[in-house]
Amino acid sequence: MTTTPSRFVAVWRKLPIVHQVRQSVGLQRGMLVAGLILTGIFLLTALFAPLLAPYGFSQLRDDEGSFGAQVPPGGQHILGTTVGGYDVLSRVIWGSRTALLVIVVAVALSIFAGVLLGLVSGYLGSWIDRVLVVISDAVYAFPTLLLAIVAAIAISGGQSSFWGGVFAAAVSITVVYIPQYFRVIRAETVRIKSEAYVESAKVIGSSTPRIMFRHVFRNATRTLPLIFTLNSSEAILTLAGLGFLGFGIEPSAAAEWGYDLNKSISDVTSGIWWTSLFPGLAIVLVVLGITLVGESLNDLADPRLRTRRRADQSAPVLETAALSTVDLDGDVNSIDPLEARS
Amino acid sequence: MSNIVEIRNLEVTFATDGGDVKAVDDVSLSLAPGEVLAIVGESGSGKSVTAKSVLGLLPETAVSRGAIVLNGKEVIGMSGKRLRELRGVDVAMVFQEPSTALNPVFTVGWQIAEGLRAHGNVSKREARTKAIEILRKVGIPEPESRVDYYPHQFSGGQKQRVVIAMALVLEPELIVADEPTTALDVTVQAEILDLLRRCRDEFGAAIILITHNMGIVADLSDRVAVMYQGKLVEEAPAQQLFDSAKHPYTQKLLAAVPRIGSGASRAAARVSDRAAAGGEKDVEPVVIADNLEIEFPGRFGRAPFRAVDRVSFTISPGEVLGLVGESGSGKTTIGRAIGGLNKITGGSLSVLGHEMLGFKERQFRPLRSDIGFVFQDPASSFNPLLTIAQCVAEPLIVHGKAEDPNDARGRVDELLEAVQLPRAFGDRFPHELSGGQRQRASLARSLALRPRLLIADEPTSALDVSVQAKVLELFADLQRDLGFAALFISHDLAVVDMLSDRIAVLYKGQLVEEGVGSEVLGNPQHPYTQRLLASLPVPDPREQTERREALRALTAVDY
Repeated sequence: MTTTPSRFVAVWRKLPIVHQVRQSVGLQRGMLVAGLILTGIFLLTALFAPLLAPYGFSQLRDDEGSFGAQVPPGGQHILGTTVGGYDVLSRVIWGSRTALLVIVVAVALSIFAGVLLGLVSGYLGSWIDRVLVVISDAVYAFPTLLLAIVAAIAISGGQSSFWGGVFAAAVSITVVYIPQYFRVIRAETVRIKSEAYVESAKVIGSSTPRIMFRHVFRNATRTLPLIFTLNSSEAILTLAGLGFLGFGIEPSAAAEWGYDLNKSISDVTSGIWWTSLFPGLAIVLVVLGITLVGESLNDLADPRLRTRRRADQSAPVLETAALSTVDLDGDVNSIDPLEARS
Repeated sequence: MSNIVEIRNLEVTFATDGGDVKAVDDVSLSLAPGEVLAIVGESGSGKSVTAKSVLGLLPETAVSRGAIVLNGKEVIGMSGKRLRELRGVDVAMVFQEPSTALNPVFTVGWQIAEGLRAHGNVSKREARTKAIEILRKVGIPEPESRVDYYPHQFSGGQKQRVVIAMALVLEPELIVADEPTTALDVTVQAEILDLLRRCRDEFGAAIILITHNMGIVADLSDRVAVMYQGKLVEEAPAQQLFDSAKHPYTQKLLAAVPRIGSGASRAAARVSDRAAAGGEKDVEPVVIADNLEIEFPGRFGRAPFRAVDRVSFTISPGEVLGLVGESGSGKTTIGRAIGGLNKITGGSLSVLGHEMLGFKERQFRPLRSDIGFVFQDPASSFNPLLTIAQCVAEPLIVHGKAEDPNDARGRVDELLEAVQLPRAFGDRFPHELSGGQRQRASLARSLALRPRLLIADEPTSALDVSVQAKVLELFADLQRDLGFAALFISHDLAVVDMLSDRIAVLYKGQLVEEGVGSEVLGNPQHPYTQRLLASLPVPDPREQTERREALRALTAVDY
């Protein structure tokens, strides 16, 4: 408090994730850091897959000949090979790339449509709102995986290519997630619509689009990073589910964890553990990592859920005694030395 | 006789995101049986924290040091179980907001009985009998049937009576009342204060009363403790404090309390000013309401709710009309209708020559630059993601007077200076300003386009007394300099009296009295106005005792 940090440090401390890590304490910090580490490993693996993977994802032989099927871990193949004769480690590493791509495409597609529809629907209300809500409820009523399967078939048309597969998975996830983003943004917009600052914009004479995008939009999207992380982990699960059911990407087009799991079903009963364990572990760890990040961010953003360090008995105390009350927005940072003096 | 509570060198520290904050610093207080101690101070002064620590009701982030001895028992460091045994029996709490202090899904009888059951084995029938008895004692009519009512079936004042009944049922020796009347109307407030007085006289309970209203302090308390920034700055018997306050902060606080009767001379001065300025007698009023009606559609199968019922008034250019009434009287609805936020359903309302019946936003929009609006809650009337300068620049940008916030910055700086805020505040975000500062910025925004009409909807009701005085003064200065007409809406007669040329009193949607301030307040005609005026507690214990008798006489005639 007493020493003024340098400009660089000050900026660094305000960066989104860094800020939250500094803010957290105890178990919450542990969860957040664990999640960040897992997610970081996932991202790095996906980015540097060509450097990390010993073989290609569809490689069946090298200079010394064919790999052979179901080779146990050790030697040339650290994690063994699959029933199809692929190297397990390489498939797992390349698979992270597919997973990341699907997340990016799925979230990018659903977030824009969902946010825009939610904003329009929530702010304008009337019949548009009712129609959109009914449609999104109808989508909710479908089992998500079933909907994803239908979308996957419709898009790929039974053909399988890398981008076709990625898009089929991404679009099918999109269909399921647009209603989620729509719902969240609409609820926020309806709440913000009655806030005094929106009314004050109205009495100033601001046009409807200006109110929507300058005043409502940015305030309504504050919770998006949280839904984003939580949905990413669900996107991976949906992708794996699609692959497991045989609607994913063919092994020659890209590595995909769900597909590998599917092919290893028969191995499990015959004592070949390595073909199912590692892709499964990859799915679990990535989903766990992203969920941990999402949940901790969610808790930290809410002052009622955020745990704080207990007041230190010996530490020096701020000069002012002006205490803010926690307002509904969740802003507790209005502890203001000027409050008491004004 | 030993004291009920002894607070010795209490210190409470909160862990917050901004570091540790000491909310209460070395406070020592004591309270004898049957005594009423008022703790006053502005928000953030630590008065609530002090009182709540007596019940051990502090959040986990708080650390308290010192000693609180309640009936010979040390409260600080007490285990949860022992604290629960203590609460209700030795000390009970009356909360600020009666509508949230009661659980909406249980009957009030059940909720009163819950306290009884928590402290001993009481049969259902016994508990019910006791609940009925206590409801009768706090003045709920027909307690035998109303014991089975749900909280929403009571009015706000009755709900507060129920909350007080819950506090009284175990006959505690100490009641902590945290702003017990802040959420209530003035006329109801007087009744609740009467009830609290009876709590002391009939039940013999000592009361710690937390309030920021000096009138209530004068009405009820025996002794007053003044807190400022976590410290106890003065403690004295009530009469002595009001007669000769020692600490400069107390003096400032007492001076800031608006008093009825201070406005008459100001209004007269303004009228003569305006006459001197050119005697614009025959100018068309900026607002003409003629038999104005506003109805809100009822739920399916129910009659619509009539919020405003055949109200007629005018506001001339440069004139300040004060609109007074209790909650639900329709005063805010009228203000919002003039600002084009509510549609009117009958009669006629002409704002700056534009008829609001059959209102179309598109036609009205050009006129909006001539209307300023100050909202009640300064905390929410700014977009939290824009800086103050950007917020104040909004009207200029919307009406094409500036390209972007940077372009408007010169004018914004002028405006901020006009409301006595430093220029540098323009770069701050709304949450970095205090309530009073935000409300001044709000005033700057509403005046950005030099409007001819300003609507101020309870602009100071969320502020502390000392801050309120400054904002009101600023408002009066700006009004004099810029000469805009204003509709000033408030529930506080004294505040309206300070600023207004004329005062209109609303009661249940109807205009019951309208006239020059000195007439309405000096010689009220309508019984409601009389009661409203008599209910207002004045910050002087001696005078307040007389007024209390007068009010009793008045209400005795009424019922």
